[in-house]
Amino acid sequence: MTTIDTPARPAALGDGTVGTFVARAADWATSTDHKKIGRLYAVTGLLAAVAVAVIGALLGLERTDDSGNVLDGGALLQLFQLHRIGLVFAMAIPVTLGVAIAIAPMQVGARAMAFPRLALTGFYSWLGGITLTIVALAANGGVGGGDAQMVDLFLAGLGLTILGLLASAASVAATVLTTRAPGVTLRRVPFMTWSALVQSLALLVALPVMFGAIVLLFVDTRNAGLAFGGPEAIGDWISMFWSQPMTYIYALPALGLLAETLPVAFGRRHPLRQVVFAGLGLVAVGAFAGVAQQQRFGVDFSAEGADVVKQAVIALFFYGLPLLGAVVVLALGAIVAKPEGDRVTPKISAGLLFGVVSTLMILAGAAGSLLAAIDDFELAGTVFEEAAAVYVTYGALLGGLGALVFWAPKLWGIHVADRKVLPLAGLGLIATAAASLPHYIAGFTDQPAAAGIYDGDGASTILNGIVLVGHALMALTVLAALGAIASSRSDDAVEANPVGGHTLEWTIASPAPADNFEALPTVSSAEPELDNLAGTEGSPS
Amino acid sequence: MTLALPAAAAPAPRRQVFVATALAGVAGTMLIGGMLAIWALLRERVVSAGERFPDSYIIPEVPSNVMLITVWSLCLFAQWAVYAARRSDRAHTALALGVVFLMGLAYVNAQAFVYVDMGVVLADSAYGALFYAVTGTMATLVIAGLVYTVVAAFRSLGGRDREVELISAHAMYWYFIAAAYSAVWFVVYVTK
Repeated sequence: MTTIDTPARPAALGDGTVGTFVARAADWATSTDHKKIGRLYAVTGLLAAVAVAVIGALLGLERTDDSGNVLDGGALLQLFQLHRIGLVFAMAIPVTLGVAIAIAPMQVGARAMAFPRLALTGFYSWLGGITLTIVALAANGGVGGGDAQMVDLFLAGLGLTILGLLASAASVAATVLTTRAPGVTLRRVPFMTWSALVQSLALLVALPVMFGAIVLLFVDTRNAGLAFGGPEAIGDWISMFWSQPMTYIYALPALGLLAETLPVAFGRRHPLRQVVFAGLGLVAVGAFAGVAQQQRFGVDFSAEGADVVKQAVIALFFYGLPLLGAVVVLALGAIVAKPEGDRVTPKISAGLLFGVVSTLMILAGAAGSLLAAIDDFELAGTVFEEAAAVYVTYGALLGGLGALVFWAPKLWGIHVADRKVLPLAGLGLIATAAASLPHYIAGFTDQPAAAGIYDGDGASTILNGIVLVGHALMALTVLAALGAIASSRSDDAVEANPVGGHTLEWTIASPAPADNFEALPTVSSAEPELDNLAGTEGSPS
Repeated sequence: MTLALPAAAAPAPRRQVFVATALAGVAGTMLIGGMLAIWALLRERVVSAGERFPDSYIIPEVPSNVMLITVWSLCLFAQWAVYAARRSDRAHTALALGVVFLMGLAYVNAQAFVYVDMGVVLADSAYGALFYAVTGTMATLVIAGLVYTVVAAFRSLGGRDREVELISAHAMYWYFIAAAYSAVWFVVYVTK
């Protein structure tokens, strides 16, 4: 049997009437077109990113004063939670998952995604869940919340959020595994799609464990709270979503973007596709940390030799392997860029630059996590760990932004001029570094995480002030990117492949029609459009 | 000139329901596994403190063991439905799915009996919350399986009897349920 169906065409729409608006809204709200569902996810996630960055800036402002006198102390606990949950569940996962939903089916030659209604239901479940979570936090719920009913609502909202993301992740994974066109073997799927598959599977493995913990916590806190110890203890059981290496799985599509855009920039095939696949797979090791419900794997070098080795092996597995995976993706990019024969002038697109920037940010976060694992540095519980998570989640955000810009011809039928968005990649780099790097330094001076009151000095004020600016710049970056996309709309038709892409989606018109492909394509290489451009048969890889 | 993209010769292979059910099984396994891991951890803490877990409740062994037998024999009937569907035998497919549904109901009934017989008070102890959360989640998965059975039966009886994939996926879901309940049975009802 098949669950693929053809999205219904919107009714004929008039111009400038209320009816038109309602019809369009209804079309978007109930569409089974994966490109619309993906954009719903991604754009909502980007808008949430602006709000999350503003909260980050507020928290930076609070911490510029070490006595905690800027914001209301009673609200601070909830604001810190809102920031963390927002970075992961309102921003990083929806943006990257939305990109995957929008792009992956086209890349594998599918006319529609598998279980589109499940993906759409997932979107609404996520949206409702994250809204309830925010409402609960605003009304004194959350970890350590003072209102018992709002604590319950917080857990219920978070559970609903996870269920929605799981539903959409299942749709993405099923799409890649079952709807590939003839000839598109798993070895030939584009890097972006591979990263989406790995991310989806990792989410399907890791998030149910957190959901199970939430069910137990919900039942317990709604009653006597005897098993876990009430609202104060909730954080011990659900905080792994925020800790490394689990955050790496949210950022996987950002690495996929780099692997995808580098060969395009140089007009070459990637010589070591399977190694890149392996590198992306290594990053997904982070899922096992989520499964283990562990927030930290430390190494104490003052311990006995055998214990140090044991701890180091575990720490290297969880922090080292994902870092190695990201390094592999970046390093193999250098092989693509290596001159061979005729010198090729690379075409630096905004997508590529966003891919490079996001990968560098993820690497900075992963390297920081490896450093934080060394107990002798005493970085646990400081803002150092917080900074590593911000590096990775902002890296994921920049990757998502880059993907939306790169595939804008297919999604919106527009080509976003590089001059509009290239500076934004640089601004995103500065914003992420400013929002994170000062806290790496402050971590060594023992500034505690999630605290407004600490033992600081003038340097702390400056460092936290830079963090404030960083978050504000990130909000500006996202708004400017959305503005660049919105302002690129024009009546002029965009050619099918304005970026010189190599993969299957670039063979269809821009914007991609509702059913993607008129007829099911059959491909014979991993880069079918590059074959077309070169006028040659594809490699058998 | 199109060299790499000739017209399609054959449709893409599609076993979406089967793959999606497998993915659901993976997620469900992680869900139950994660909950049982927390159960084991909290149990260890209670036992280490020199207390008993469960503190004052006696687990009725007969219904909990019957539930285990039920879920595994249920798999047999779900596989019978696959066997019959492969041979386009609608009568036997319907019969097998009907038996699966009845046995699923029997599981829910036995679970309700366990609840009534044990009389665990939710707010009385740590055990109460853990017990109801784990067994309630398991029962919810079984009820989802019952819905799956009804959908499969409707599609099969509605003339789509050639579509064996759904019946196969349905059987796979019950294999997952059987495996998951086996773990719940061992942790919650045997080691307690």
